[in-house]
Amino acid sequence: MFRLTWRNLLARKVRLLMSTLAIVLGIGFLAGVMTFSTGLNATFDNIVYGSTSDAVVRPAGDVQGTSSGVSTDQVVTPADVDKLAALPEVESAVGSVDGVGSYLLTKSGRALTGTGAPTLAFNYAPSENMAGEQILELNQGRWPEQADQITLDTSTAERGGYTVGDTVTMFVPTGDPRQTFTLVGTADFNGGGTAGASLVLLTTPEAQKIFLDGEDAFTSVSLTGADGVSQTQLATAADTVVPEGFTAVTGDKVAQETQEQIGQFLDVISYFLVTFAVIAIVVGAFIIFNTFSILVSQRVRESALLRALGASKGQVTRSVLVEAFIMGVIGSGIGVLLGLGVARVVAWVFRTLFGLDVSGEVLTLTPWTVVAGFAVGVVVTMVAGFVPAWRAAKVPPVAAMRDDLVVQEKGMARRLALGAVAMVVGTALVVLGLVGAPGTDAIWIGAGAVIWVVTTAVLAPVIGYPVLVVCRAVFGAVFRTPGRLAGENALRNPRRTGATASALMIGLAVVSAVGVLASSLSATQDAIVDDQFKSDFLVQTPTFQGFNPEFGDQMQDVPGVDLVSRQQGTPVSVEVDGSPDQTFASGVDPAFFQIYDLTMLDGTDQISGDQAVLSDSRAADLGARPGDTIDVQFPGGRTIPLEVRGVFEGTPTTSGLTVPLSVLEQAGIKRSDSQLSITIDPGADRAAVKKDLEAVVKDLPVLAVQDKVEFKELISGQVNLLLGMIYGLLGLAVVIAVIGIVNTLGLSVLERTREIGLLRAVGLSRRKLRWMITLESVAIAVLGAVLGMALGLVIGVVLRESLKDDLTELSLPLGNLALFLVVAVIFGVLAAIVPAIRASRMKVLDAIATE
Amino acid sequence: MTEEASGEATPGVAASAHDLVKVYGKGDAEVRALDGVTVDLMAGEFTAVMGPSGSGKSTLMHCLAALDAPSGGEAVVDGTSLGRLKDKDLTTLRRERVGFVFQSFNLVPTLTAEENILLPLSLAGRKPDRAWFDQVVDAVGLRPRLGHRPSEMSGGQQQRVACARALVSKPSIVFADEPTGNLDSTSSAEVLGFLRRSVDEFGQTVVMVTHDPVAASYTDRIVFLADGTIVDELRNPDRDAILEKMASLQDIAANRSAG
Repeated sequence: MFRLTWRNLLARKVRLLMSTLAIVLGIGFLAGVMTFSTGLNATFDNIVYGSTSDAVVRPAGDVQGTSSGVSTDQVVTPADVDKLAALPEVESAVGSVDGVGSYLLTKSGRALTGTGAPTLAFNYAPSENMAGEQILELNQGRWPEQADQITLDTSTAERGGYTVGDTVTMFVPTGDPRQTFTLVGTADFNGGGTAGASLVLLTTPEAQKIFLDGEDAFTSVSLTGADGVSQTQLATAADTVVPEGFTAVTGDKVAQETQEQIGQFLDVISYFLVTFAVIAIVVGAFIIFNTFSILVSQRVRESALLRALGASKGQVTRSVLVEAFIMGVIGSGIGVLLGLGVARVVAWVFRTLFGLDVSGEVLTLTPWTVVAGFAVGVVVTMVAGFVPAWRAAKVPPVAAMRDDLVVQEKGMARRLALGAVAMVVGTALVVLGLVGAPGTDAIWIGAGAVIWVVTTAVLAPVIGYPVLVVCRAVFGAVFRTPGRLAGENALRNPRRTGATASALMIGLAVVSAVGVLASSLSATQDAIVDDQFKSDFLVQTPTFQGFNPEFGDQMQDVPGVDLVSRQQGTPVSVEVDGSPDQTFASGVDPAFFQIYDLTMLDGTDQISGDQAVLSDSRAADLGARPGDTIDVQFPGGRTIPLEVRGVFEGTPTTSGLTVPLSVLEQAGIKRSDSQLSITIDPGADRAAVKKDLEAVVKDLPVLAVQDKVEFKELISGQVNLLLGMIYGLLGLAVVIAVIGIVNTLGLSVLERTREIGLLRAVGLSRRKLRWMITLESVAIAVLGAVLGMALGLVIGVVLRESLKDDLTELSLPLGNLALFLVVAVIFGVLAAIVPAIRASRMKVLDAIATE
Repeated sequence: MTEEASGEATPGVAASAHDLVKVYGKGDAEVRALDGVTVDLMAGEFTAVMGPSGSGKSTLMHCLAALDAPSGGEAVVDGTSLGRLKDKDLTTLRRERVGFVFQSFNLVPTLTAEENILLPLSLAGRKPDRAWFDQVVDAVGLRPRLGHRPSEMSGGQQQRVACARALVSKPSIVFADEPTGNLDSTSSAEVLGFLRRSVDEFGQTVVMVTHDPVAASYTDRIVFLADGTIVDELRNPDRDAILEKMASLQDIAANRSAG
């Protein structure tokens, strides 16, 4: 039996190659994203462990400043550092100075940093990581030695077009914003890349000038333990001499904290990518199922002959399953290798779009990836091949002797009945999700939606019938007889057409559902902006990082400007139900309340000194009412009791806790602006004022002055970027589905050799024959697209309904859907190219004469 | 329609072969399926081409019907020499001037009987001549079956649909390749009777390849082929004469292979 299986595989090389391609692509994608995720994690691990010393002395408290985008005024004096260094447990103590709010420009004056990963500016001082290696390693040139010298990480220098000796422009958070330095060298973290972050190394005095107003002090201290001293011993010893407001923590703890922070973000990326790999594999499974079904039905006589010669049902089933197994192994093997390439492409996309840099060295196949790739590939192929294999075994031996060779398939009645039941179950789950069953609504709806998609795939032969009838009518009217014949061909084997179209259907269902959500998100944000954009202009950076207050000062002086409201955001910690809860607070100036009139539910919005207003939801969390006092801990560790003055109705653009800017200053947070809201004088020329405002920030391209329309565009641009990425990832599933159409058409053409010959004999020209095949392909593609889009719309609308607290507006992307239909038709035409050429090359006589 | 004067077009000749040669394979594997066949097939006649298996009768028909290209010689249909025609012109010629009836796989399974009959016309984008269509349909006795698909009809009925399709475009010549090969005797008689009537009543030219003496006995003339050449012919044959001829051809072939 095995030899026969092998011969069968060899005899159908091309067809199997095409369906193996579906596995190759699906597994290639899966292995690729797994490799990328592993590499991404490895990159961050290398950085985290490679850049952390044995112990760190840093400001006490639950909220860390620098990593959250604020600088504080807590400092360690050189004397404190000396005291630490004098401890017997300490081998060396190195003071560091860092801060936020620096931005680099490229050599040609465009924004180099500030649009993605952060810019880390600090003083260079040689220090060792936990493994006893230097944290930073020089790549080229030297370390900064004078105030106007700077060393950058290699990748940032390259991206900025800088070589050693060039003049580098950097915007700094305090004093005169624009500073220039001479690039004297490039360096990297010991562990390799920076994952896209930019490193800016300065001399200690220069860093102190920029971040500490020239005070001779440090923001933290890195400790290296003496021989035989553990991290815990080191931290405990250091804790005895650290200054007020500081604490010593072990390097392991720092690394662990960082990993936890990054880990969530990395997991989101992995799950996001793996989701699309799974979709691609499911689509691939449909193609494999379909190919095997067709192959089996073409081999009825052979199967019957085997049965007549004494093969058991099991043997026939196994022979098909072994074929599937071999295909799965070969496809997965190629796919896993392909994954290495895919991982590099994904890495390239992340680097280009988000500046997230993962080096090729860590993109290697792990045993886990290889095992997972093979397991998924082989199992999926065999599961997809099972039903056809079982059907092959059911052929009665007598069929070998008969002329009319058709695999007897059960009527649609049972399928329809089961499908109807499944549809009801799916709908019930969706409804449960909508009415708020326990747990996450989206999970209920998602489960229901998956059942819908699968059921639609199973029922495609039935519910797709009207679509195909319309296709037949339209084709017949437009393309006369070849069109009519194509329509008939698509209808003659509804199972095959349905299964082929289902592959495309799945892809388009997801595309459309995502389209509805994205479109609703854009509409919701437009509505929010319309409602909340009370000022004439907003000034901010794309990543909402702080910038030098000097810009706000200059803007205040622009003629025609009425109010400039300064806002500075900071993470804070409050106590909810006895445990610390991290949240976000806005420090605002009085002008804020003149521009934005908050809807007060209780109390007043007149705040000054140690006072705050809360949103209704935050007030409920804290159980606070006007007149109560709440304790708020700020970065740097200082806790300030604040009197609640009022409760306002929360909106998507207000933060739960709003305080006067003076509170932030009191907490020791360095002034910097996260956002400026600007109104103009009545009668002032908007365009002229905007021009003048833009002139203030023209040197710092990362800072933008936006009016309402531009702000909307910015937001919809972000939504569209994400949407574009999702569509790109789903494109793979669509490509696999198109391969399925090519496969089915190719097999159908072979199967209909005689019929095609007959048509040619009675006068169908080659051109019209190609049209006929192409139109059949278009019919399949249109069926898949229509079913997928209809289902996707419903799923999208239902998901939006469950998310309507966040997505207040519903918007259907009808224009996009029309575009998808056109794209589906184009894919249909492309899929038909090879089968149509093959069919038209067939000699009329061969077609008729083959017995 | 381009009239390619063949120079030798004789009035009353529907199709002709001039020194037609068809070679398959190369070297040792070379098979001369047709080895210089010259024959005129007369208009308004029912002609049978007979011969033992491998005699080249099907190849002759395929070459004359523009389904296959000969290796040498000339095939002329309705005054048009096929040698110089491109695929497109051959397709047009098949559609407009030639009708076909094959042994099996004769109909497009997705179309009804009526649609199958009208297929050559609809491919050409021509309006069917309704009166002629009715006449043909009544002649094959298929009126009650016009809306049926091939799978709902018997083999005989299917073959009659194929005959009607061959006639409906009023071709110059109809080629039938073993049209009764898959049919029982009753159905065979119906089909052959219809072909006979189409010659007698409509003046159609029909050329039929067969090895069945009963089928051949319906014709006006039989051309016998053996080893790729024409060896004999019979006019107004009866069954005994045909059997006798066939038997002698078999003997010649047997002797040749023995010697």
